[in-house]
This record gives sequence, C-alpha cells and structure tokens, in this order.
Amino acid sequence: MRQTFKDSEHLLRLAALFAAGILLFFITRAALMPAGFGELGHYRSGSLQDNRSHRLLFAGSAACAECHDDVVQTVSAGKHTSVHCEACHGPHQAHASDPTTVAAKRPDPLVLCATCHEKNVAKPRQFPQVDIQEHAAGASCTDCHQAHSPAME
Amino acid sequence: MTMNRRDFLEQGGKFILLTGAAALAWDHVLAGQPEQAPNYSMNDHWWAMFIDVEKCIGCGNCVRACKAENDVAPGPSYFRTWVERYHIPKKSPDHLEAEDHPMVDSPNGGYDGFPEKYGDGDGAKNFFVPKLCNHCAHSPCVQVCPVGATYVSPDGVVLVDKTYCLGCRYCVQACPYGCRFIDPRTHTVDKCNLCYHRITRGLTTACCEACPTGARMLGDLKNPKDPIHELLRDHTVQVLKPQMATGAKVYYNGLDGSVR
Repeated sequence: MRQTFKDSEHLLRLAALFAAGILLFFITRAALMPAGFGELGHYRSGSLQDNRSHRLLFAGSAACAECHDDVVQTVSAGKHTSVHCEACHGPHQAHASDPTTVAAKRPDPLVLCATCHEKNVAKPRQFPQVDIQEHAAGASCTDCHQAHSPAME
Repeated sequence: MTMNRRDFLEQGGKFILLTGAAALAWDHVLAGQPEQAPNYSMNDHWWAMFIDVEKCIGCGNCVRACKAENDVAPGPSYFRTWVERYHIPKKSPDHLEAEDHPMVDSPNGGYDGFPEKYGDGDGAKNFFVPKLCNHCAHSPCVQVCPVGATYVSPDGVVLVDKTYCLGCRYCVQACPYGCRFIDPRTHTVDKCNLCYHRITRGLTTACCEACPTGARMLGDLKNPKDPIHELLRDHTVQVLKPQMATGAKVYYNGLDGSVR
C-alpha cells in the first residue's frame, strides 16, 4: 500500500502551500477591508452613522412653535399657510437651542418679499406676483402688508 | 528538547502567521455593530420625494438652504439640488412639424433666483423644474462604484461613504441625472443625501423646510399614513427618464414632456 503513495510528500507540500496562500488571502482581505464592510451590503455600515452625525442648521417649524405658537397660528390662518418659518427667517437651529444668547434674525422685507413675489414669466400664473418697483414705488412691503399674514392692514 | 533549523523555521513561520491573523481580526471583534440611534429603525422607512412643478416659483430658497445645511462646496458648479428654467419657444406656423427645442438655463443653480430673461406674451412656455438626486432603487451610480463607497441604504437613500471614496468619477458619469460632482476640497464625490441627518431625526429635508410654496414634499413610502400616498394617487406623476428603469423615487407632478 505504501508503494501507491510513494511520493505523497509532494502532494502534502502542495496542499500546505495552497493552505498558506488561502491564509494569506484572508489576512490581506482583513487588513484592507474597513470594519463593518459587508454587514448590511457592499458598503461600510459605519458610513450610515457618518451621514447621520452632521450638524443641523434648520430647526424645523415644530421647534419654532414651542415658543412662538401665536405667530405660527397667525401664519397658518393666512395666505402664507404653506410657508415654514425658516423659509423666510433662514436657518435658526442656533437660536432654537439657545434662545437667550442667540437672537433670531428679522429679514429685510424689500429683499425677502421680492424673492418670491417679483414678477417673472416662468412663475406659475396663479402665483401672486408684482413688479415691485411699480407696485410699491420704494415703500416697504410691511408699510401696507402684515408680515405673517399678508392681507392688508 | 532539540530543534533543528528546519523545525525552527516551520514553527516560527506558523507562529507569525497565526498571531498576525488574530491581531488583524481583533479590530473587527471590537468594532461590533454600528451605533443605532434611538427611535429610528432603518427598515421601517423608504424615503421618496414629491415635487409639484406647478408650484415651483424659482425663488432658489431650496438651493440656498441645501448649500448652507450640508456645507456644499462654494461656487457655481457644486449643487446637491438646483433649479432649472425651461423656455420652449412658440413654434413657427410654417414649421409646426418641427420638434420642440427647449432652452434650459440655471444661473448659479438658481442660488440667486432667476432674473427675468424672457418676455411675456410671446407664446413661449416657461416653467421651473427643481432637481436633486432621484434616490434610485436600482441606482446606476451604485452599480459602477468599484469600492462600495456609494450604496442604497436600507431606508432607500443613496449615500456616499466619503472616507472610502477614491474620487474615480465613475459614478459621476453613470448618474443619468447629473446629480453628482467631485467636491474640490476633499476630491471625493458629493451628492444629495436627502438630509440623512435630518430625516433620521424626524425632521424634513432642508430644501423642503425652506420651500415657501410646498413644491417639495418628503415622503415615506413605508408609512401608510404619509400624505405622499394620496398625492401619488391623485396626481399624474412622472419620474425623470423612466426609460432608464433606475427606480427613481423623486416623483414630479405636472412634469412637461420636454424635461430631461
């Protein structure tokens, strides 16, 4: 029987070499692959957390309503009902998280109102738009309109 | 015990290989599961967006909000969301068979709004179209990434792993919607991540928060109470380039056939 596998050492050496190659492959793979890769798919699962850990600038209307409920009520009763607070006032997360030291900003009506209501042929027809120069003749929008509910005073 | 040179090399080799492997694997053992934020389960959401073209006034609020919220690279070439103005001139009565040739412009991505450019009453069709990443379910950009640095998250958002991106630009070329760019500061790819840091905290995206007309609405297709289901039912919606079968999840209402 021993004669049949006379040169079996060659095969064993070959098998050992093969095993070492496989081991080397796994070591290299472990060294190059970042932690968490392949847990959820062909990507590093920690990247989800990286994307989530960004800081906020916009607080969201719900945060505004915690203190300024009266204003939110006024807005939602008027024509500006679809306009969120920060669409006009800009990002206010800093103010929302620390209202005493960080003051809220009041936008300039002539600039702000024109952003939406300046006449433009590409705007939808039904959207209220005016030629600001012709319409206001240098007066401020808030001289006639209320800021939060744009009906005439 | 005596040990010849051959045995020593064999034993020593085994020792080095095995301890090396164990040391490399140890980091993975320590890393464990990615941190799960409280009260947000990725498997309970499938995010989409509804855009009402008939409501967009081209004010550029979304573009400014997005750039601020997400620290998008400054400059007129880098946008995660932008607004396009379409101008389809009236056909000449002698050439009614001619194809439409829409003119599209997007000065600074709409960041500064759109100064009036076309006259009224010339028979042309003019409208605005907001654009952003379509967060495709079968995303071409994900398929071409050679290193797995971009992927569809379990809640249906196409995200980028900035620490792992090579900046090879394959995905920039693969995106049929032109939603990707190379951030000049990091030389890695950047794109809309649907404000992933906001939607996972129960807030809406910065562009939706800043849109004054409600032309943009974030929706969760897995939440049966989300108003997006009603909007999709009641409107004639279309996605961009449906022929590419990307599984785009940004649904447009009132989208003109000329929009690409």
